Amino acid sequence: MGRSATTKDAHALFHSLRSAYAATPNHLKIIDLYILFAVATAVIQVAYMAIVGSFPFNSFLSGVLSCVGTAVLAVSLRIQVNKDNKEFKDLPPERAFADFVLCNLVLHLVIINFLG
Amino acid sequence: MAAQETSQSAIFRHAFGNVLSFTVLLLIGVMAFSIRLFSVIKYESVIHEFDPYFNYRVTQFLTKSGVYDFWNWFDDRTWYPLGRVIGGTVYPGLTLTAGTLWRILNSINIPLSVETVCVFTAPVFSAFASWATYLLTKEIKGAGAGLTAAALLAMVPSYISRSVAGSYDNEAVAIFALIFTFYLYIKTLNTGSLFYATLNAIAYFYMVCSWGGYTFIINLIPMHVLLCIVTGRYSPRLYIAYAPLVVLGTLLAALVPVVGFNAVMTSEHFASFLVFIIIHVVALVYYIKGILTPQMFKVAVTLVVSVGMVLCFAVLAVLIALVASSPTKGWSGRSLSLLDPTYASKYIPIIASVSEHQPPTWPSYFMDINVLAFLVPAGIIACFLPLSDASSFAVLYIVTSVYFSGVMVRLMLVLAPAACIMSGIALSEAFDVFTRSIKFHLVGTTQNPQENAGDATKVTQNDVKSEKSEDTVKERSSRKSKKKDKENIEKPSLVSRVEKRLLVLPLETSVMAVFLVVLLGAFYVVHCVWAAAEAYSAPSIVLTSRSHDGLHVFDDFREAYAWLSHNTEVDDKVASWWDYGYQTTAMANRTVIVDNNTWNNTHIATVGTALSSPEKAAWDIFNSLDVKYVLVVFGGLVGYPSDDINKFLWMVRIGGGVFPHIKEPDYLRDGQYRIDSQATPTMLNCLMYKLSYYRFVETDGRGYDKVRNTEIGKKHFKLNHFEEVFTTHHWMVRIYKLKSPRNRIRGKTKRSKSKSGTSKRSTRKKNPWQ
Repeated sequence: MGRSATTKDAHALFHSLRSAYAATPNHLKIIDLYILFAVATAVIQVAYMAIVGSFPFNSFLSGVLSCVGTAVLAVSLRIQVNKDNKEFKDLPPERAFADFVLCNLVLHLVIINFLG
Repeated sequence: MAAQETSQSAIFRHAFGNVLSFTVLLLIGVMAFSIRLFSVIKYESVIHEFDPYFNYRVTQFLTKSGVYDFWNWFDDRTWYPLGRVIGGTVYPGLTLTAGTLWRILNSINIPLSVETVCVFTAPVFSAFASWATYLLTKEIKGAGAGLTAAALLAMVPSYISRSVAGSYDNEAVAIFALIFTFYLYIKTLNTGSLFYATLNAIAYFYMVCSWGGYTFIINLIPMHVLLCIVTGRYSPRLYIAYAPLVVLGTLLAALVPVVGFNAVMTSEHFASFLVFIIIHVVALVYYIKGILTPQMFKVAVTLVVSVGMVLCFAVLAVLIALVASSPTKGWSGRSLSLLDPTYASKYIPIIASVSEHQPPTWPSYFMDINVLAFLVPAGIIACFLPLSDASSFAVLYIVTSVYFSGVMVRLMLVLAPAACIMSGIALSEAFDVFTRSIKFHLVGTTQNPQENAGDATKVTQNDVKSEKSEDTVKERSSRKSKKKDKENIEKPSLVSRVEKRLLVLPLETSVMAVFLVVLLGAFYVVHCVWAAAEAYSAPSIVLTSRSHDGLHVFDDFREAYAWLSHNTEVDDKVASWWDYGYQTTAMANRTVIVDNNTWNNTHIATVGTALSSPEKAAWDIFNSLDVKYVLVVFGGLVGYPSDDINKFLWMVRIGGGVFPHIKEPDYLRDGQYRIDSQATPTMLNCLMYKLSYYRFVETDGRGYDKVRNTEIGKKHFKLNHFEEVFTTHHWMVRIYKLKSPRNRIRGKTKRSKSKSGTSKRSTRKKNPWQ
């Protein structure tokens, strides 16, 4: 009895999440897809490290942190571009994207240096 | 018409304010630079102390050989025969900064020597630090507080002590980097701009390059983020301020060779990762809360909490097991000695022996931050009205830095910027109240209703609970007590609930209070200038003393190093206690056995054992290390208290920690350390005693030691295995040479050697290291 209630709740939750997410604009969904891709790449790298070993450690670190870094920066971009965020309504999306590109540039410069 | 006039006057006032701020900041920078020049005026433009000599030598190498050679430098002139990987064990920020400055100045044809650039780097960066304090405090409270805080930081004695002209040490640039990183963090938090987040990461990188104290930043910022989350102040700006900093900051920290993989593997950084995970969870929760309806959200919470809790516990258990498996729980020795102040004295005598690592005394607080010590509580209260993210950060900063300054006197330096910020806020708020009262009384209510309508006039009261604005009697009595006792400025301030009734102080009170606050500032300035001139300007490589027949200058250290560099071979090894290692390599240019880096405890213990052993055993140890000369510092003739005999017990302790045949009680008579006739035979026969007091009785006939205030125990003795080659003018530095072993072994030893040719056991000398 309790279990079916929880499964019913889970189903209802899943449906409402799905419908709410479908309402988000397309450009935000593209950013979400990019974030998902970055995290998936990081997971694959960690799995590979678990199989093969962590030498050279700096390459592993720079690879994983580049994926995590781009994911974090993409989340920041999404926050700044999202029209529902009242704090950022004065920020033009071009400026947000330019900041995103600059930060990515610095991140990848460091990654390339650290990759060895 | 009227609107245009007011807007024009507003623009004019705005412009005038900007020009005034700029002029004041320029003057603050000039003052910060000039107040640190006392040592150059009183002595000369010379590098002070011990550590700066190492930095100076590294900078010399950098300017001569270039960045690539510096990055890969393996130094074989220290820690003989181990050597030291300079590229991998030094924080390169300071040297690279000074090297860049020198290169730029030389390229525009200002031919300053490397030494001049090194000596004046610290005052220049202290001017930058005061400007950074202005920026940081402006973000927290406003421009007025910023200017006050900048002026206070330019003069605060604790910062002067580590950044005086000639003190070429890491803290000179590191404090500027610290304040600047905090400023960029607060700026990102206030604006939510990813551009400032990038700059923040780059400033953090500069901080990691400069000083080991960067762990303070990488633990304070996560603590602040956690505080904001827990007090319900999570916002997207917080995420943008924190998450990119962690990723970029970890990567940039791993780039610096000194830190390397410690950036992800030591406990000092785990707090940042933990809060990184927490902030992602919180961000996700807020996002889901935003897109779901409230009852659906409740369902989601119950579902997730039940499943997630089990997962959380499992992960936590694994983590705890991992961390607990290492004996120090993953923390390094220095960090552990900060968290547990008794750790160093129990386990790491080298860290415990450094005088900078002792806890400070109460007078040192008033010496180092003076008036700020009791302005800080007022500032903390002012930060709570109103509480913003930035002001909560300032409060957290002052609280943690007060704790750490209580553990180690060296960390008073980290307290100084926090104290200046808080005091600047307090003074600025106080001035606001007084000047508003004066303005109100002089100008009247009719002319400025627009400004004061939205104003929250503050009323100073004794009691927080009584929020009634009719308590004028109480206010007056509190103000009277303020007149009598000008140090009681820490009264809680309240926001007046009624905007229409402007509560201001009477005119005379405000004028008097302004005068008294200015007087307080004057006392502070007088103290700071005195501290800078008298207490913190000694280069410690040149000593002076005044007596009835004028000024005596003791330049013995440089005399000894110059003698060494002129009268010994380039490859000769010099043994001394580790205090003098950096100076010997930098000024005398000779290879040393141990130096101030103290990275190898066993090597230092070897030298300590040699100095505590009798002559023959000491000769054996030094001979095995290829040592040619031994250098001791002796202050008994002139009364110099920081000589080797006073440090001798530490040598015994450190040596005894590794070689158990050296026992400290052997050198003490009834638990007392003495060198007179009541001293133990072990003490009177050890090498340190003999090298310090050899021929000392010839100076005054009695051998009276002016530091220990007694006549020495053994007065007439000969040295069999060492010969004295140089003693400086005031007997402060004494250099001895190891005598070469005898050409032929005569007497009993030779006969027994020929009898039992192969069995060398009986004639084998006892291994002095066991």
